[in-house]
Amino acid sequence: MSAITTEHDDHAHDHKPSGIKRWLFTTNHKDIGSMYLIFALVMFFLGGSMAMVIRLELFQPGMQFVEPHFFNQMTTVHGLIMVFGAVMPAFTGLANWMIPMMIGAPDMALPRMNNWSFWILPFAFLILLLSLFMPGGGPSFGWTFYAPLSTTYSGDSTALFVFSVHIMGISSIMGAINVIVTIWNLRAPGMTWMKMPLFVWTWFITAFLLIMVMPVLAGAVTMVLTDKYFGTSFFDAAGGGDPVLFQHIFWFFGHPEVYIMILPAFGIISAIIPTFARKPLFGYASMVYATASIAILSFLVWAHHMFTTGMPVFATLFFMYCTMLIAVPTGVKVFNWVATMWRGAMTFEVPMMFALAFIVLFTIGGFSGLMLAITPADFQYHDTYFVVAHFHYVLVTGAVFSIIAAAYYWLPKWTGYMYDERLGQLHFWCSLISVNMLFFPMHFVGLAGMPRRIPDYALQFADFNAFISIGGFLFGLSQLIFVWVLVKCARGGVPATAQVWEGAEGLEWEVPSPAPYHTFETPPVIK
Amino acid sequence: MQLHRTLVSKLLLVVLLMFGFGFALVPLYDVFCDITGINGKPSATPATVLADNIDTSREVTIEFLARPNKDMPWIFKPEIRRLTVHPGEIYVMNYIAENPTSRMIVGQAVPSVSPGQAALYLHKIECFCFTQQQLAGGNNMLMPVQFYVDPALPAQFSTITLNYTLYDVTASWQPDTATAKSGE
Amino acid sequence: MTNTRCLVWSLPTLFFAASANASTSMPLNMTKGATEISQQVYQLHMTIFWICCAIGAVVFGIMFVSMILHRKARGGQPASFHESTKVEILWTAIPVVILVVMAFPATTTLLAMDDTSAADVTVQITGSQWKWHYKYLEHDVEYFSLLATPREQVANKLAKGENYLLEVDRPLVIPVGKKIRFLMTSDDVIHSWWVPAFAIKKDANPGFINEAWTRVDEPGTYRGQCTELCGKDHGFMPIVVIAKSEEDYLAWIQQEETRIASEKAAEQELLAMNMSMAELMSTGEKIYQGWCVACHQATGMGLPGIFPALKGSELILNDRNGHIDVLVNGRPGTAMQAFGKQLSLKELAAVITYTRNAFDNNTGDTVQAADVFAVQQGKGE
Repeated sequence: MSAITTEHDDHAHDHKPSGIKRWLFTTNHKDIGSMYLIFALVMFFLGGSMAMVIRLELFQPGMQFVEPHFFNQMTTVHGLIMVFGAVMPAFTGLANWMIPMMIGAPDMALPRMNNWSFWILPFAFLILLLSLFMPGGGPSFGWTFYAPLSTTYSGDSTALFVFSVHIMGISSIMGAINVIVTIWNLRAPGMTWMKMPLFVWTWFITAFLLIMVMPVLAGAVTMVLTDKYFGTSFFDAAGGGDPVLFQHIFWFFGHPEVYIMILPAFGIISAIIPTFARKPLFGYASMVYATASIAILSFLVWAHHMFTTGMPVFATLFFMYCTMLIAVPTGVKVFNWVATMWRGAMTFEVPMMFALAFIVLFTIGGFSGLMLAITPADFQYHDTYFVVAHFHYVLVTGAVFSIIAAAYYWLPKWTGYMYDERLGQLHFWCSLISVNMLFFPMHFVGLAGMPRRIPDYALQFADFNAFISIGGFLFGLSQLIFVWVLVKCARGGVPATAQVWEGAEGLEWEVPSPAPYHTFETPPVIK
Repeated sequence: MQLHRTLVSKLLLVVLLMFGFGFALVPLYDVFCDITGINGKPSATPATVLADNIDTSREVTIEFLARPNKDMPWIFKPEIRRLTVHPGEIYVMNYIAENPTSRMIVGQAVPSVSPGQAALYLHKIECFCFTQQQLAGGNNMLMPVQFYVDPALPAQFSTITLNYTLYDVTASWQPDTATAKSGE
Repeated sequence: MTNTRCLVWSLPTLFFAASANASTSMPLNMTKGATEISQQVYQLHMTIFWICCAIGAVVFGIMFVSMILHRKARGGQPASFHESTKVEILWTAIPVVILVVMAFPATTTLLAMDDTSAADVTVQITGSQWKWHYKYLEHDVEYFSLLATPREQVANKLAKGENYLLEVDRPLVIPVGKKIRFLMTSDDVIHSWWVPAFAIKKDANPGFINEAWTRVDEPGTYRGQCTELCGKDHGFMPIVVIAKSEEDYLAWIQQEETRIASEKAAEQELLAMNMSMAELMSTGEKIYQGWCVACHQATGMGLPGIFPALKGSELILNDRNGHIDVLVNGRPGTAMQAFGKQLSLKELAAVITYTRNAFDNNTGDTVQAADVFAVQQGKGE
C-alpha cells in the first residue's frame, strides 16, 4: 500500500474536509472522477454551443451571423474542446471512478498527481477560451493546425494555443501514468490480467497510447511555436523545411488519438451488453487481442489522413492496406457484441439503449471509415462533409454515446439513487433521432461536393444544411434532458441496491450504492 | 511505494523518449525522403559521384519551372523550358534572375522534383540552390545548375519536372555566414 | 440566450425560406464525373458502398432479430456460451477476404491515377490566399482566377445567382480528349485543388510541386472548390474549368496571348498618360471588390487585430509613396501580398487611387500608372 494513501486515510477516515477545500485538495479517486466528469459535461456544452454557432451560420447560404474569420475560430475551438475537454476528460473521469473499484484497489496509485492532473485542466481551457477575446481572435487554423497556416500565417493567439495544448498534454500524460501504475500494481489478489474487466483492459491500452503520442503532440506544437516566434524552419520551405512533415508528425499523434477516444468506449459497451443480455461477454480473450491489435495498427495508418498531399504511390498503397486491415479487429468486436446478445435475455434500460445505438451507429461510422480507406475514392471524399459525417458518427454516436451509456449505467452506483427511467428513455429517443438528422445527411452533402470548414456554400446544399442545422439544434436541446436527469438523480429517487442491475457482475457491484468514500481498503480476494 | 516509483520512472522515460522521437521525426523524415524520394526534395548537397556510363539509347525530358514566391520581387525564369537528356551525361542549365527593385535582395531557391521518386535520380553537381544568392538592385545574373540524370532511373519516368521556388530571405540573411551556408 | 429562443420559434419559417432559396437540387451520390478515371472512382465507391450495406444488413439483421427474439420479456432463459475459437477465426478470415477482393480494383485505379507521363498540355496551378493562378507551360498565358460572386450576394444584400460561390472571373480552359497534366504548388499556405468531375483532389504545398492528370471527354463547364482550410476566405476560392474542343481551345489560347501581349504594350503607353479621377475610381472599385475586400472589408474597416483598416489609415493619408510601396511590394510576413506582380500598372494605380479617396479618406489626389512604375523601379523614394 502506498504511504501517501495510508497517511491520508489516518486523518480523513470517512469524513472529508468540507466546502471548496475538499475539492481543491482532494486525492480521493471518486472525488476526482466526479470533477473530471462534471468538467467534461461543462466542456461538452461549451463546445456544443460553438457547434450551434456553426450550424446557425450554415443554416442558410450567405453570411448571416458571424464573420468567416470567427467561423474558423469556432470550428477550431469546437474541435479542440470536444476532443481534449469533453471526450478525453470524461473517459479519464470514468477511469478514476471505476478502475480502482473494478480491480479491488483502494484508490488510484498516485493520488496527489491525480489531483494535479485534474486541476491544471481548467486552466488550459481558460487560456484557450480567453484567447478568443484577443485582438485578432483565437486560433482559427482548425484543430489540426496545419503549418504554415498555424505558423507564418496565424495570429498571436497561437502562443496561447500552444501553451494550452501543452497543459492539456501534461494532464493527459499524468492521468495515463496513473492508470497504468494503478492497474499494474494495485490489482487485488487473484485479479489476474485475463480476469480484468474489459473497461480496465481497454483503458490500460489507451493509457499506453496516451503516453506514446501525447509527447509527440507536445513536440509538434513546440515546433509550431519555434517556427512562428524563434526563427526555426521545421515546416517552412524557404528555410529548408517541409510543410507536409507537420502533417506526418501531427497524424502520428492524431491517429492513435482517435483510438484513445474510442477504445475506452469499447470497454464500456463490453460491460453494458453482457449485463443487460444477462449472458457473459462472448470472446473475452479475442476482445483483448482485438483491442491490442487496433492499438498497434493505429501507429501504422497515420498517413491515410494525407492521401492528397502527394505521397508516392508505394506509400499510399501501404497506408491504404494497413487502414483496411483495421476493419478486421474492429469487426471482431462488433461480431462479439452481437454474439453476446444472441440467445441472451435482454432488457432495454437506458444504458442498454445507448449501447445498442452505439453498436449500430459506430458501425456505420466504421463503414464510412472503410470507404475512406479506399484511396482513389478518398480523393473524392477527403475534406468534404462526408469526412465530417464519418468522424462525428464515430465520435458522437460512438465515444459520446458510450460515455452517456456509462453515466446511466454507473449513476446509481455513484449517487445511490436510480435515475428517472422515463426521462432517460426520452433523452435517448430525442438524442437518437436528432443525432441522425444532424449527421446522416452530411454523408450526402459531402458526396455532392460540399467541402468542410467553409462558412458559406453553393445554393444546391441549402436544403440539406437547413435540415442538418435543425437536427443540430434538436440534438443540443436533447442534451438538456440529460442534465435534468443527472440533477434529479443526484438529488434523490428510488434507492439503488448494491448490484443495481440484475445481470451486473464485477467488483464495483459488490460495494454498496452509493459507493462509500473509501472502498476496498482491505483488498477483496477474487476466486 | 518503491513499486510505483520504478514503474513511474519507466513510464516517464517513455514519455521523454517519445517527446524526443517527435523531434527525431524531422531528421528521420529527411533521411526517409532521401532514401525514398517521398516528398520530391532533391539532395541539398552537391553530388560527388559521377555516372560511369552514358546511356545514349535513352532520352529523358527534363522540364524546368521557376516561381518567385509572392513576396519575392525578382524576375526569375529558366533559360529554356525543357531539355531532352541522355542519362549519365552532364548538362548545364541556366536560370535568369533579375532584381527590378533598387535594393539588394537575397534569394534562396528551393527545389522540388515531380514525380517525387525521380528526385533520387536527378543528381546536381552544382546548383545555385545550394547557397543563398545576393543580387543588387537593378542587376541581373545567370544562375547555373549542373546536373545529370542517373542511368538507373526506372523506365516509367520519361519526364522529370524540376521546379524552383524562390524566396526572399533578406530579412534573415547574415553577410558573414551566407557564403558558407547552404540551405538548411 | 434570447437568441436561441427566437431561433426556435423562427425555425420553421426559416426552413421554408431556405428551401425557396435553392434553385438547383442536390445530387445524392458522388458524381460519375467526366473522365474515365472518375468513372472508375465512382465504381469503386459504389462497390465498397454495397459491400458495406451487405455486411451491415447481415450484422444489424442478426442483432435486431436477437433483440426481438431474445428479450427477457419473452420469458427466455439466457444461454451461457461465451466463446468459440472456430467462430472467431471465421469472422476474422471472412473480412480479410473481402478486403483483399476490394484492394485489387483500388490499387489498379490508384496506379492509373498516378501515371502523369505523356501529357499533351501542362498547366501549373498555384494557390494563394484566396485565389488560383493558372500558367500554361507551353504558351505565354498565365492569369489569376478569382471568385466572381459579388460580395453583396454573400452579405445577402443581393439575390444569389445560380452559381453562387462557384463562379470565377477567368476560368481554366482545357481541350477535350487531350491528356492534361496539372502541377500544383502554393505561394503561402496549403491549398487543395478539387474538381469532383475529374476526381482530382491534390494539395498545393508551398515550395513543393504535386502532379495530377485528367482527360476530359465532353466539352462543358466543371466546377470545384479549394478543399484545404487556408484561412479566412477558404470557402471563397472556387475553381471553374471549361473544357473546349481542340480548335476552340487553340483559338482561345491565341486570343489570350494577344490579350496579354497587348496589355503589356498598353502599359508602356499608360506611363505617359494621365487617367481621370472618375476612370480611376470606377476601375479601382472593381479591383477592390475582387482583390482587397476579403481582408479589408467592403467598409474599408478591416478586421481589428488581423487586417488593418484603410479608413483613416495614417499611411494612406500621410505617405503617398509608402502607400504605393505597400501595394507593389507587400508586407512580408503578413497577409499583405506584393501585388506588383499580380496586377497591371493601370489596375494598381486605380485601386490605390480608389482607396485614397473612398471610405472618407478623401485625399483628393490621383495615383497614375507612372507613379506606380516609379515605385516599382525603386525610384519612388
